[in-house]
Amino acid sequence: MQRVVFPNKILPYVLVAPQIVLTIVFFFWPASQALYQSVMREDPFGLKSGFVGLANFSAVLSDESYLNSLKVTVIFSASTALLSMGLALLLATAADRVVRGQTFYRTLLIWPYAVAPAVAGMLWLFMFNPAMGTFAYILRRNGFYWDPLLNGNHAMVLIVVAAAWKQISYNFLFFVAGLQAIPKSLIEAAAIDGARGTRRFWTIVFPLLAPTTFFLLVVNTVYAFFDTFGIIHSVTGGGPAKATETLVYKVYNDGFVNLNLGSSAAQSVILMAIVVALTAFQFRFVERRVHYG
Amino acid sequence: MRVIGLSTTVAAFGALAFQAEAATELQWWHAMTGANNEMIEQIANEFNESQSTFKVVPVFKGTYPETLNAGIAAFRSKQPPAIIQVFDAGSGTMMAAEGAIVPAMEVLQKGGFTFDKSQYMPGIVSYYSKPDGTMLSFPYNSSSPILYYNKDAFQKAGLDADNPPKTWPEVFDAAKKIKTSGAAPCGLTSTWLTWIQTENFAAWNNVAYGTNENGLGSSDVKLEVNSPLYVEHFQAIADLAKDGVFRYGGRTSEAKQLFTSGECAIMTESSGGLGDIIKSGVNYGIGQLPYYEGHGPQNTIPGGASLWVFAGKSDEEYKGVAEFFNFLSQTKVQAKLHQVSGYVPVTMAAYEETKKSGFYEKNPGRETPILQMTGKAPTENSKGVRLINLPQVRDILNEEFEAMLSGQQDAKTTLDKAVERGNAAIAAAISN
Repeated sequence: MQRVVFPNKILPYVLVAPQIVLTIVFFFWPASQALYQSVMREDPFGLKSGFVGLANFSAVLSDESYLNSLKVTVIFSASTALLSMGLALLLATAADRVVRGQTFYRTLLIWPYAVAPAVAGMLWLFMFNPAMGTFAYILRRNGFYWDPLLNGNHAMVLIVVAAAWKQISYNFLFFVAGLQAIPKSLIEAAAIDGARGTRRFWTIVFPLLAPTTFFLLVVNTVYAFFDTFGIIHSVTGGGPAKATETLVYKVYNDGFVNLNLGSSAAQSVILMAIVVALTAFQFRFVERRVHYG
Repeated sequence: MRVIGLSTTVAAFGALAFQAEAATELQWWHAMTGANNEMIEQIANEFNESQSTFKVVPVFKGTYPETLNAGIAAFRSKQPPAIIQVFDAGSGTMMAAEGAIVPAMEVLQKGGFTFDKSQYMPGIVSYYSKPDGTMLSFPYNSSSPILYYNKDAFQKAGLDADNPPKTWPEVFDAAKKIKTSGAAPCGLTSTWLTWIQTENFAAWNNVAYGTNENGLGSSDVKLEVNSPLYVEHFQAIADLAKDGVFRYGGRTSEAKQLFTSGECAIMTESSGGLGDIIKSGVNYGIGQLPYYEGHGPQNTIPGGASLWVFAGKSDEEYKGVAEFFNFLSQTKVQAKLHQVSGYVPVTMAAYEETKKSGFYEKNPGRETPILQMTGKAPTENSKGVRLINLPQVRDILNEEFEAMLSGQQDAKTTLDKAVERGNAAIAAAISN
């Protein structure tokens, strides 16, 4: 590779300084605080504290409810990513075929992305709350006993749908861009060879979309892990009986509701490790097999 | 003339500027919504108009637990509000944080007021006091759980709309009748299962909630909410839930919507929920909290919330808080708070005044929460419940109740698991 040499010795540092400062203030500093808190035990008001070594970690890892929230997180993230990416791909291929009013449809489909997570959660809650939701009434009238307040599976379905709905727009945008990047000549050649729509999709379009799909998989997993807190907080609050308590929600609940800061910090350190491992794994093993056209 | 006119204008401006500068602002963080929020705004306005040295600014901070956490976070970052409303379950947390708060009694004395204990309702003041009698927080909204019932649904079901059921078995029977007769889609619901069906259940039926006088004697507590009477009670509720006679609304006061919408015909709820029920226009009646024959009724324990004062404020601010607390304890303020919101008056004088005015004759049932709370001298089971992590223990109970109500486990398993998990959480919190 060609080496680029800057004549000015100071300017490059000045130019990267804002980014470095942001990273230090918003990442390294809080992360170091979490590391420090994770080996301490402290009362809620911070009046007295003491070093406890790895006791917080061993307490967390031997806690049955922590393993439960790990399971909940895996189910929630996988379902959210699958549902939102699947629907987005379906909509994108459909929007790609529309000849007239393409921009109009696309704009409409992008709207939900502008909705804040907590608001998205409230919207779905208003529709499906068993006490006041319109759709909850319809479901119950038709003999389906819908009760996300007590039935953990119903609650999970509700937050997955709300979280996926919000993310569809984002995925849609990328899939539309990805579809446009596929050379028309390839598809036309396949059509001349007699390949029908479905076959053309699976043998040509889908493989060529792989880079986009992979990118979205990473983004959606990170989204489901971290950005869905607002939805869970406003819709289920982690309940019923911990059925929707994800790892991130548990960090919040143990730290800010149960006021157990040491345990909460230990959990966030574990979470950091999980995310680092997950990203490294995805880039190392999955990305290699992706065919970049 | 012109000169004089000018100088008076300058003087007036000066006075205005001086006034604006001198009004010390006192933030009051609270968790009240709906009718009770309007009440807070009104009280703050009246106080601000009654004098010009201090200005109380109410700030809504979310639910009770969220308000407490906001206060703790603010204290840690050294910017706490002057006054914070903390719910009953958070009292233990605040009491354990001695360096973080100033006792309400001390604040009143700093402002030059004397604190005469005998003027306040004894049950409430002792709940918010240290064993040596120092009142730590100022009781603002004290409530007691009572029974609300829908008179129209009672009539439709052929029940006596003027005499609500008194014991739990009677309530369960009435609820079944309402459901089977089609008078309402659901017979019974309850807000705050933890506060009403365990903490007050213990006091009202004179059974222990935990060891060491439910935590009032010492912070080392072992829960006892899996004794036979609790198991009987919760199994009955679980069975009703299976048939759809009992409907669960949520962990705090969400079930109130089920009653105000006419969905459920009977509800146990805080007396402080009255404002919203009146607003909804339901044809409601009030009864005593139900009990079990041979156990109750003993007395209920105060719920609701009290006002705490953070440490580290200036003397001027403490003076203002003292003025405000003094204003709050005035008979006319207390009487209004009680009559409009359904909360129990904090001073004896306000209670006597309301009684004399004939309010209770015109509004039958409104004296019920006071009589429940003060009717009998408390036993060691009924003075209250105090755990340093009561909000966390309530969460554990709620999780187990939710598992029970969805049919995953019976009452005995539920309560045994709750006790085991709760005891572990208490032991961990004490060692912090």
